[in-house]
Amino acid sequence: MKAKIIITPKKAVLDPQGKTVQGALEHIGYKGVRAVHIGKYIEIELDGDDRETAKKQLEEACYMFLSNPVIEDYKLEIE
Amino acid sequence: MQFAVIQFPASNCDQDAIYAIRLLGHNADFVWHKDNSLNGADVVIIPGGFSYGDYLRTGAIARFSPIMQTVREFAENGGIVIGICNGFQILCEAGLLPGALIRNRSLQFRCEHVFLKTSTFNSPFTCKIPQDKLLKIPVAHGEGCYYASPETIQELQTNDQILFQYCDKDGNLTEQSSPNGSLLNIAGICNKNRNICGMMPHPERACELILNSEDGNLIFQSIIHTLSKTAEKTEIKS
Repeated sequence: MKAKIIITPKKAVLDPQGKTVQGALEHIGYKGVRAVHIGKYIEIELDGDDRETAKKQLEEACYMFLSNPVIEDYKLEIE
Repeated sequence: MQFAVIQFPASNCDQDAIYAIRLLGHNADFVWHKDNSLNGADVVIIPGGFSYGDYLRTGAIARFSPIMQTVREFAENGGIVIGICNGFQILCEAGLLPGALIRNRSLQFRCEHVFLKTSTFNSPFTCKIPQDKLLKIPVAHGEGCYYASPETIQELQTNDQILFQYCDKDGNLTEQSSPNGSLLNIAGICNKNRNICGMMPHPERACELILNSEDGNLIFQSIIHTLSKTAEKTEIKS
């Protein structure tokens, strides 16, 4: 099994990287860029095939450790 | 007075913290992050640096080091803890202080002297700072922009938990005087119980005139003064 986790800054949190990249995209000539948000992608390879247990454990890991709920949101997928 | 300076892999202001405390005539020793004991220390300093290479998020991995459980218990029992720079980031990640430190608004690593306004003198970290004194203390960080939800910011204000704010040389809280874009120009805060402090500027790097400022000593002297008072009271009682 493989877990895929996407971590993004919360909308209310200032994202200077996103803002800078947005400015650069506009500068290069890409039009219609409303906003850019830069986050992290984590891939975790897992032993076994018990998806339910893995999901439960990783939800906890995402909340406790892999993301910081003060500033970030996360999406977890297991495939 | 005995200070414990916690060493994580890639702490790099640990020696400076020890030096600053010894210069004031007090004892300071290192405590390795894998240890479980503070060896009877009266104060804990979590120094600056890049613990665990700042991987994942600043301070995110260090908070799980064995010593942090001991620090948590020490703080819960009223022990005085000060986290400087990376130490502040670790304390926020550990949930011992509210909020988080994110990338500087400029995206630049800022290393310079800044001016700080002391926002409250009612804390063990600020009680010996003269009322009109602006502190000149250096910062050196890439992720020092203090962020917290509006509710948390409100709570910090209501409970008088904001200790230091970036200001210009005349004491004005301007956007330009903040090196990182922190909300309300916040440079340092304390917890509700007022025994845990986190600050991005480095008082240990402003401990003698050859370093261009001695203002950092006022913070350590505040801690020492507070603890001496507590020790006196205990003696009188016994």
